[in-house]
Amino acid sequence: MADRTPQETAERVLADCRADACVVIVEQGGGTHLRWAANTVTASGSADVGRTTVIALRNTREGTSAGVVSHSGVHGVDTSRIAEEAWRSCSGNPVVADAPALPGPGEVPVGSAAEWRSPAPAPPEDPLGNVPEELRSAFARARAEGRLLHGYAERHVRTTYLASSTGVRLRHTRPTALLDLTMRGVEDPATSWAGDSATTAPDTPFPEGWVTAMDDRLRARPRRTRRSACPPGRYEVILSPSCVADLMLHLYRELDADDALHGRTVFGRPGGGTRLGERLTSQPLALSSDPALPGMGAVPFVVARGADGAASVFDSGLSLGATDWIADGVLNTLVHDRRSALRAGVPVSPRIDNLRLEGPADAPSLADMVASTRRGLLVTSLWYLRQVDAASLRLTGLTRDGVYLVEDGEVTGTVGNSRFDESPVGLLERVTEVGRSTRTLPREWGDCTVRTAMPPLRVADFALSAATTSV
Amino acid sequence: MPGEVDQDLIGLRPRETADAALERAARLGAEHTSVRVERTRRSVVFLRDGAPSNSSDSTDTAVAVQVLRGGGTGFASRTAPVPRNAALCAERAVDLAKAAARVGGGGSDPVDEPVHRATWRASYEVNPFDVPSEERTALLADWSRRLLSSPPVSHVWAMLAITEENKFYTDSAGTETLQRRVRTHPMLVAVGTHPRTGRTASLRTLGGPSGQGWEYLSGTDWDWEAELSELPGHLDGKLRAPSVEPGRYDLVIDPSNLWLTLHESVGHATELDRILGHEAGYAGTSFVSASDLGTLCYGSDLMNVRADRTAPGGLATVGFDDEGVKAQEWSLVEEGLLVGLQLDRRGARTIGSPRSNGCSYAESAAHAPLQRMPNVSLRPSPGGPSTPDLLGGVDDGIYVVGAAGWSIDMQRRDFQFTAQRCYRVRGGQVAEPVGDVAYRGNTQDFWAALSAVGGPQTYRLFGADLCAKGQPTQSAPVSHGCPTALFEGVSVRRSV
Repeated sequence: MADRTPQETAERVLADCRADACVVIVEQGGGTHLRWAANTVTASGSADVGRTTVIALRNTREGTSAGVVSHSGVHGVDTSRIAEEAWRSCSGNPVVADAPALPGPGEVPVGSAAEWRSPAPAPPEDPLGNVPEELRSAFARARAEGRLLHGYAERHVRTTYLASSTGVRLRHTRPTALLDLTMRGVEDPATSWAGDSATTAPDTPFPEGWVTAMDDRLRARPRRTRRSACPPGRYEVILSPSCVADLMLHLYRELDADDALHGRTVFGRPGGGTRLGERLTSQPLALSSDPALPGMGAVPFVVARGADGAASVFDSGLSLGATDWIADGVLNTLVHDRRSALRAGVPVSPRIDNLRLEGPADAPSLADMVASTRRGLLVTSLWYLRQVDAASLRLTGLTRDGVYLVEDGEVTGTVGNSRFDESPVGLLERVTEVGRSTRTLPREWGDCTVRTAMPPLRVADFALSAATTSV
Repeated sequence: MPGEVDQDLIGLRPRETADAALERAARLGAEHTSVRVERTRRSVVFLRDGAPSNSSDSTDTAVAVQVLRGGGTGFASRTAPVPRNAALCAERAVDLAKAAARVGGGGSDPVDEPVHRATWRASYEVNPFDVPSEERTALLADWSRRLLSSPPVSHVWAMLAITEENKFYTDSAGTETLQRRVRTHPMLVAVGTHPRTGRTASLRTLGGPSGQGWEYLSGTDWDWEAELSELPGHLDGKLRAPSVEPGRYDLVIDPSNLWLTLHESVGHATELDRILGHEAGYAGTSFVSASDLGTLCYGSDLMNVRADRTAPGGLATVGFDDEGVKAQEWSLVEEGLLVGLQLDRRGARTIGSPRSNGCSYAESAAHAPLQRMPNVSLRPSPGGPSTPDLLGGVDDGIYVVGAAGWSIDMQRRDFQFTAQRCYRVRGGQVAEPVGDVAYRGNTQDFWAALSAVGGPQTYRLFGADLCAKGQPTQSAPVSHGCPTALFEGVSVRRSV
């Protein structure tokens, strides 16, 4: 049997499916990675990705039920079997009385149908490109300078095809390159981390020079300097864009409208209702998502695979557009699927796989913010953030790999790590300065959400509750 | 044993597929090659207030090839496990191993392991996938409705996740194993609101994920009936509980809470790959060093911690690990002294150990094996006290039940844990509920404060099925058994 294309697999499932309506999601791609520790490669690998997911819908007088079944593989997947399994699983699932009909061709992104027909972009012959050579040089330099490099590089491409029985045919390709680098001194307790992600053309390898440039960035950070402990207390801190990304992703996760309405999140109002329209910060901050953001492109249509709960299967294929979650410091939009939007009488606003926080257009750089600091802490990455109170979204977590003392506009030493207790929502009230937004990799969430652009933030009275000797 | 072998996996002819990879890798100069063909099924259903809200079923089949060549390691995986793809994986893995070796690969030879040829099946009674999905969902819906009928419960969120893992493994040394195991994870969260204050609180069932089958939901090893009956009352107590007064307290910690502290502060800290710095850029390292074996005082002399991949119903229990090493049982801490670590075959070579203790695991065939945690358990005290007896020795303290929040630093040294529910202990008796308890400590100080360990009658197995590590990130299931235990003078603060 000749290999089927993803489009052919999707069309065959639709033809085989006896459901009243059906959606087929085919995901194809692959990734290659290299991992290293202490100037030595510890792992290198490659894995292809292939998955066919079928959403079958059954209409009854009471409403619609959905069955979701997924099999790995694309070319050789048994289309009639997976279609039948999805159809059969409808019967065990709930009937949704107000389920909207699947989106039709008029409700999906314009132009995607033409893309559907073209073959998926071929991956590059050598996905990691020059990374091995750059690493070899970086390791040699690090050894000579008494430094240890730990890190990870990954290049992957995912193409998503979505076809429905209502005539929708969509395709989207997401090429991503990831790099993170941690530097430790052989005899120096100071550690530093930097990370970044990039969206490049699907058929091009890992960005050239990236490893060398990131190593240069880390080498420029203070080493073998005065190191002080940080007693518990409240401090003026400058949070790097990576720190802000980790905090804002926690906030973004809590934006579900139904959860807010039922008082399950920080965005519910005690006694009922939501905090929509409430000012969260005096700063002119805008938190937004947009699948068309240059360099941070996300899937421009709803892809719902069922149990992850991030989107409604009934909205599969629905067009996604720019959404302002926070506008000029005010909570502006909550996450709504079509059903909850209809109930609330607001436009639909599904979740989008990128996030940008921005301040004023003439915002200073991180270096400018350091230069204007009389005394404070510069925190470059956060780790192990965990929610301890849903009502306030209070988190506990740790600073990691790079806390610096800033005095009279200059970094004068390194500082030991600390546990902190903060809410990303409460913290917005104490932001006193917003820097220039740049693309960044969240240290903790970088394994699942890489498309973020954040500014550095100056925050007053940031709560450090316990010092740790750990590095 | 019925259902010993997954016929769908056999139908994929895994040996034929693996042979293609082994042959191609040998021809390309690989010094050691292992091949896995896996078929994994997962099903999850979520319910809100008794009505199913979301569900999905997935089946993953793939072939994975790992090679060692010229001092470098390479891994490649493909979703369609056929001989042609297996051979392509072997070629790709060899290419990557060569590239790693050119950069400076740390591909030490794996230590030797006897050749095994075996079929193994976990000791579950009923494969949860043999239970119709309607029946599985109906049980959760019934439990949800029962909770909803009891004030102050106003909402119930429920989940049932089941997994079946089928794995064919072979390597160039001649080992060939076929394994089958399951996981069952029910969870219910009850939400309530105080009628006067409007304060909202939630309480999660304590019974965690298990390596047992459907029998786990019928009451084997966990009394779901009793827990569901008591949960509304516990929620009411939590809603009315005043915040804890910060300070130092004697804590009687129930196994339903202590397992997570053990997992984070002992389980992860004794992973050799962390100790060697392999996770320094991501999951973190450890305050333990390999040279600490036999000398590091981990805790009080009441502290005895065993590791195993053999406990019946354990989430990390296997017949053979993902490097073909037979499952074992060994000590990590004896009478407070560090005596053991967690090893895979390459790690064992690095520290001069003659044999791995079988801690290699990959989440799926799309992932390369890492050194992952076995079941790690605090041993009960033979003839030791019951939980009431332990409480009876505490004049002024807190009884801590059920795991909730957790956060620990990069070297597994300083931590904070919260609980599902807590009670003041006064004069040796459990008194009123107390809220917002967060206990903090330093790993060695905390375990040094262990002053009494419950007997076997207090010992319970809990665990996690989504413990994350590695890049690309992968999850692993692991169980932890604990008795009830008393820790003196632990720092407690308010979590809110």
